Amino acid sequence: MAWLQLAILSPFLLAIFVPFLYKYVRQIHTGWFVLILPLVLFTYLVQFLPTVSRGESIQHTIEWIPSLGINFTAYVDGLGLLFGLLITGIGSLVVLYSIYYLSKEKEALNSFYVYLLMFMGAMLGVVLSDNLMVLYVFWELTSLASFLLIAYWYQREKSRYGAQKSMLITVFGGFAMFAGFILLFLMTGTYSIREIITQVATISTHELFIPAMLLILLGAFTKSAQFPFHIWLPDAMEAPTPVSAYLHSATMVKAGIYLVARLSPIFAGQAEWFWLVAGFGIVTLFWGSFSAVKQTDLKSILAFSTISQLGLIMCLLGLGSAAVHFGYDKETALYTTAVLAAVFHLINHATFKGALFMVVGIVDHETGTRDIRKLGGLMSLMPITFTLAIIGTFSMAGLPPFNGFLSKELFFTGVLNASQLNLFEMQTWGMLFPVLAWVASVFTFIYSMVLVFKTFTGKYQPEKLDKKPHEAPIGMLIPPIILASLVVIFGIFPNLLSYSLIEPAMASIIPSVLGPEQQFYVNIYHWHGLTTELYMTIGVIALGTILYLSLSKWSGIYNWFPKKLALNHFYDHGLISMERVANKITRFHMTGLIRDYLVYIFAFLIIVIGGGLFTLNAFTFDSSTTAPIGIYEVILALIMVVAAVAVPFAQSRITAILSVGIVGFMLAMFFVVFRAPDLALTQLIVETVSVALFLLCFYHLPKLKKEISPVPFRATNFMISLGVGLVMMLVAFSAIGNRLFTPISEYFLEASYTEAGGRNVVNVILVDFRGFDTMLEGLVLGIAALGVYSLIKLRLARREDLENQ
Amino acid sequence: MFETLITLSLVLISLSILGTLYRLFWGPSMPDRVIAVDSVGINIIGLVAIVSVMLNTQAFLEVILLIGILGFIGTISFAKFLERGEVIERDRNR
Repeated sequence: MAWLQLAILSPFLLAIFVPFLYKYVRQIHTGWFVLILPLVLFTYLVQFLPTVSRGESIQHTIEWIPSLGINFTAYVDGLGLLFGLLITGIGSLVVLYSIYYLSKEKEALNSFYVYLLMFMGAMLGVVLSDNLMVLYVFWELTSLASFLLIAYWYQREKSRYGAQKSMLITVFGGFAMFAGFILLFLMTGTYSIREIITQVATISTHELFIPAMLLILLGAFTKSAQFPFHIWLPDAMEAPTPVSAYLHSATMVKAGIYLVARLSPIFAGQAEWFWLVAGFGIVTLFWGSFSAVKQTDLKSILAFSTISQLGLIMCLLGLGSAAVHFGYDKETALYTTAVLAAVFHLINHATFKGALFMVVGIVDHETGTRDIRKLGGLMSLMPITFTLAIIGTFSMAGLPPFNGFLSKELFFTGVLNASQLNLFEMQTWGMLFPVLAWVASVFTFIYSMVLVFKTFTGKYQPEKLDKKPHEAPIGMLIPPIILASLVVIFGIFPNLLSYSLIEPAMASIIPSVLGPEQQFYVNIYHWHGLTTELYMTIGVIALGTILYLSLSKWSGIYNWFPKKLALNHFYDHGLISMERVANKITRFHMTGLIRDYLVYIFAFLIIVIGGGLFTLNAFTFDSSTTAPIGIYEVILALIMVVAAVAVPFAQSRITAILSVGIVGFMLAMFFVVFRAPDLALTQLIVETVSVALFLLCFYHLPKLKKEISPVPFRATNFMISLGVGLVMMLVAFSAIGNRLFTPISEYFLEASYTEAGGRNVVNVILVDFRGFDTMLEGLVLGIAALGVYSLIKLRLARREDLENQ
Repeated sequence: MFETLITLSLVLISLSILGTLYRLFWGPSMPDRVIAVDSVGINIIGLVAIVSVMLNTQAFLEVILLIGILGFIGTISFAKFLERGEVIERDRNR
């Protein structure tokens, strides 16, 4: 096994040992043992940086199910490495943070770190897999781990609700994605992403191409909390804060982004892809930032902010896909800017959002509340936390000199360029993008300011807080400090990243744009002159400040929005009504009456066999092979028919039983006439015994409510019994004329004496040629006898009654 | 001639079974019905015998014997049932 695969699986291996470490090494916080692994993985992945930035990639394959083309192929290129570094890097910080956040005494640390490691391994598997099926397996594992982590405090009802909601939505998308992968396999015959990309030219006109794209996008959108599937993310905030910071801001919600970026080489260039990805992205961006302003819970603000920033990245990936149309030279570098901005903002978002979640966690941990209406004036009590919050929020709002400013400028450049595209009908609708983007940025600015100033400035209200607030312990501060310093470093020296990480990632997102030996030109700088983007940013800051200061005057507009149209309302009522309708349907057809079930079974038989054979024109009657009919046969049949017809019309049960007996005896007579002595013998005895058994049952009917009334007539039953008889008769008649080959019985007649030494052919067949069936039928009789005996003798209920007395 | 005779007797016996069915269904009392079933059995014995002659085989002689035994046992148990209300009585000494 190559080191790379071992690296992906190592979190799972460590997860096995975590419960033992927790149980036997109680004096040391389990997190310390866990911390080592992401650090090692991070340093291991950093070693790939030189290779990847040269534009090369690393690939290792282990065969898993080679007969189905499913192999565990680890593949490291720019995009995979970027995500791998994010996962392990932020993973280490989150583990360190959780050591101080979660108490050693009160919390079940073993399950926490098992779930967290499971998630880390699954996420590494998602981003480093080349095989779609393996990717899907890890994808579902991230959903599962996220479910477990959200419901970490499973005693709380809201945690369970949030976990269920996120599970339902992400697994729904996961299944859709799975179907999309299978469609891709049907088109290309391979599960390997590399190989699918080489076949892009042939599959893009395939009829399954668009369905595959839609299904895969559904998976990506649900995972990345895009509108309208974003509703699970705010409810996932019931998870412990390290989980929110790790899963629901930096890594898992970016799995959808990763998927869109990873499959861009396949789908980019299609108008549907461009409009879906960019359209849903921009709507999510706007809706997320708009909704974030009205939240009063710090983590909810961050959740909606995450939604909106994910929408931003998604939108940029969609806009960037247009670049595929133009090829690469200095002129069209304008269009690749969107992809550059997406990758850059991806990194930035992970840094500042991680830091902000940790800051919020500290505030929660030290004051006991996350409600901004209770918080205020913490600036002087928690100066370090306040500084970190300032850096994070200003970066989020897009203010210089932090990295958010740079990515926001690039974002504006991207949407402005895109609005001038003369492609995909952008001439008519293109202007929507900059406008929506700009409005969303204003809202982003407002909630960023709310987040920092409502928490840390204003009036200090100690009476509303459960705890006496003070600065957090240093261990809890280190991870956000590291992230915040990265925010500043990337803000001041953005070109540290440009050719080491961003350019290789761009090359894996839109590889077809580059010719051989070409590189994307990545140069991010603060000052690019008095451009439109700069005026837009100034406008955002100006309008944002005004709106923030007058927030109390206009925040009433959020109440105008009708509750009934909220997406959560749809989700909750959808679940309830789905359950109700399902119950109704079940109650409608599962009546508990065997009569009804028999009606279903027989009606189905008539429809399927009768209808099927009718549509196939299989009802033919060929009389060439039939034998002549003797008059006594007619009379025997007449007796049988009379006796059989008499059964349903019988006035008393005993008549019915005797009629059935007559039918049986007549059958024995037919066996005689058709020369089957053994059958006749057996039939006579069996008929006699069963008539005796019927009489036994009849005799033991209860005295009360003894019904000796005729069978009531029901039209449905009549129709169905008539139908079944008719269908079976037609099938039998048709079967006579359709003998496909000569029967095997000639052989039995010849071989009975020579091979088996018996002259009675029937008996030789029963015990010799096909003795196996006879043995098992003997077994059936034995089982029936034992069953009857135990039914009569074993009366547990009565014994219990006796014991209870 | 022989063929016709055989067929004729088969037809006649079948018709007589049909006739006993009348007693079976509309027989006013239970013993009527039991007698009807018994005579159906006896008719069947004759039927089987004639069929054996017609088919020129001895393979159905066991059938004749068996119907005789079953008819006898059946009628006896019905009679006992009608008389005593029970077919197999319990051993009172146990």
